[in-house]
Amino acid sequence: MREITLSQAVNEALAEEMRRDETVFIIGEDVAEAGTPFKVLSGLVEEFGTARVVDTPIAEPGFMGIAVGAAMTGSRPVVDLMFGDFIFLIMDQLCNQAAKTHYMSGGKLSVPLVLRTNLGATRRSAAQHSQSLHALVAHIPGLKVALPSSAYEAKGLMKTAIRDNNPVVIFEDKLMYQEKAGVPDEEYLIPFGVANVKREGTDITLIATSSMVQVAEKAAEILAAEGISAEVIDPRTIVPLDEATLIKSVKKTSRAIVIDEGHQSYGVTSEIASRLNEKAFYHLDAPVLRMGAMDVPVPFSPALEDLTVPTPEGVAANARKLVAGEMLDGEMIHAA
Amino acid sequence: MSTSKTKNAAQASAKDNAEDFLRMYRQMVRIRTFEDNANQLYLSAKMPGLTHMYSGEEAVAVGICEALKVTDKITSTHRGHGHCVAKGADFKEMFCELLGKEEGYCRGKGGSMHIADQSNGNLGANAIVGGSMGIATGAAFTAKLLGKDDVTVCFFGDGATAQGLMYEVMNMAALWNLPIIYACENNGYSEYTKTAEIAAGSITGRAEAFGIEAHTVDGQDVLAVNSLTEQLVERCRKGEGPFFIELMTYRYHGHHVGDINREYYRSKDEEKDWRENKDPITRFARHLTSEGIATEEELEAMQAEIKADATAAVEYALKAKYPDASEVDMHVYAA
Ligand SMILES: Cc1ncc(C[n+]2csc(CCOP(=O)(O)OP(=O)(O)O)c2C)c(N)n1
Ligand SMILES: [Mg+2]
Repeated sequence: MREITLSQAVNEALAEEMRRDETVFIIGEDVAEAGTPFKVLSGLVEEFGTARVVDTPIAEPGFMGIAVGAAMTGSRPVVDLMFGDFIFLIMDQLCNQAAKTHYMSGGKLSVPLVLRTNLGATRRSAAQHSQSLHALVAHIPGLKVALPSSAYEAKGLMKTAIRDNNPVVIFEDKLMYQEKAGVPDEEYLIPFGVANVKREGTDITLIATSSMVQVAEKAAEILAAEGISAEVIDPRTIVPLDEATLIKSVKKTSRAIVIDEGHQSYGVTSEIASRLNEKAFYHLDAPVLRMGAMDVPVPFSPALEDLTVPTPEGVAANARKLVAGEMLDGEMIHAA
Repeated sequence: MSTSKTKNAAQASAKDNAEDFLRMYRQMVRIRTFEDNANQLYLSAKMPGLTHMYSGEEAVAVGICEALKVTDKITSTHRGHGHCVAKGADFKEMFCELLGKEEGYCRGKGGSMHIADQSNGNLGANAIVGGSMGIATGAAFTAKLLGKDDVTVCFFGDGATAQGLMYEVMNMAALWNLPIIYACENNGYSEYTKTAEIAAGSITGRAEAFGIEAHTVDGQDVLAVNSLTEQLVERCRKGEGPFFIELMTYRYHGHHVGDINREYYRSKDEEKDWRENKDPITRFARHLTSEGIATEEELEAMQAEIKADATAAVEYALKAKYPDASEVDMHVYAA
């Protein structure tokens, strides 16, 4: 299979959907000629023109609002939000308007829009350009949330998102834009709510999202060398969440760590861990562990920033303890 | 930054103001030199992340900050090194911050885009375009509430005029006569887009709609910027604020240090024209020499001295230590 970058994969998904459906348009800052600062959209304005690849002023709530209205009236906007951190600026339009319109109108109006933005720290971009804020929107009923973990997912999930009749927020991992993965030549879509078992294992389940999938896979490698067999699962969308696959895995392995780059407290890891607790409790041999980003604003200094996100070594260390039946503070729970 | 200022730079004769003028020149050269070094740190991969250069816009920050006292406040932008230097910051702490070192102004936690200098009234750069407009207006609110005569200057770019927050706070500032000056640095671009493509109508007209007195000034002329600001600051102190200034200027470098190939959005000729014919430092140097305030040799000596200062500060910062790991969860909450 050919390999392309995540950036190219997103670009292809958008181009294909824009060719297929003339109601699809892109709106955001420096999306046209500049093709965004990450150059993800390069070439699209040449093919689709400035009427469908629309450069805006730096007015996030404004163009988000325009997208909501456009979506309610027959268009399918793909909103480009340059950094995930800017989601705070558009919260009203996204959460009070887009998310609730279908419900509030008794199902009569709908808002088929995609908000594509990003997440991820360790780019030395400091506290306002490094956040992973997907838990915030996942909390709001009416919004779907996709977290691609490679070029393959990025393309398939984007195409599904554009065809979905609901507001969908896609968070791409900034650090992955130039990373390549196998992407088929022929068209494919990845359905929402279907987790991907990346690696099978029997001793512990590592559930990881987005940027953390590779971390979990590397941890699984480390563990394999020590004779610990880890299963790695990427939920791919957190709303809807493929609970069944996660529960099935945990029932098999009896242990789990949930790894996500959002802040740990009140985050995605907490939500998934408590669902496993509720639905697989009697199959567990150890508490389900959460590993999120540290509960601090992302610091600029490399010496500090690298401490704030889960690492393969950190995941492996915790997995080792869970498998050995030790609490994280070293206290024994019970024999494995 | 001047500490006591009552004179009006434009009205007094150049010789009377020799000291002030030389300080303005020095501050502009300090900004340019700081940026040259920061750019070099980026190019040699010694600086983490990206940064936005202020080079070319020096007369704006210096002309304005020279009209302020230490207790006056400013809010800054992602392109903030110039404001920081002009408001009185030291090279050493600034370079330490850019490199994420413990001795930086923010202990390495903020970096280039969040550099703040509490001791000189710099409430901080901001990585959210327009994000400081509320903060600046709030600082002016404090001055009024507590009966202080401090004035706040809110620096922001032409691109930031697209942010709705600006209109909300200008409305309140006008309603409540807050001592604030909104300083729009119009450098012709917001990222990779010309201002004309992102701003409909007139920029000063936006302020005027709220009844805010607005001025447009040549941002490459430090004396023009300074004398206008002196007047407006005085009037702010008397309760006549708010005011709005649009400063016409230009950034020499790319939007950020990594923005190297710029021809798809602006021409090399245009860049050359600004650098060669409108440079604020060269222009002011000509004024200083023709007025007999300084000789070319004296100005060159000053530049050399500043360069040496910067080199020493960079070397210091490169060797300085990173914050200890224990700092990572320190300062999340105030005591
Ligand atoms: C709310 C927000 N939107 C977008 C950005 C990305 N961004 C950073 S600087 C910039 C352009 C700012 O232009 P302007 O205000 O004119 O300032 P200049 O860079 O020209 O000094 C943009 C779009 C941001 N940092 N914050
Ligand atoms: Mg600008």
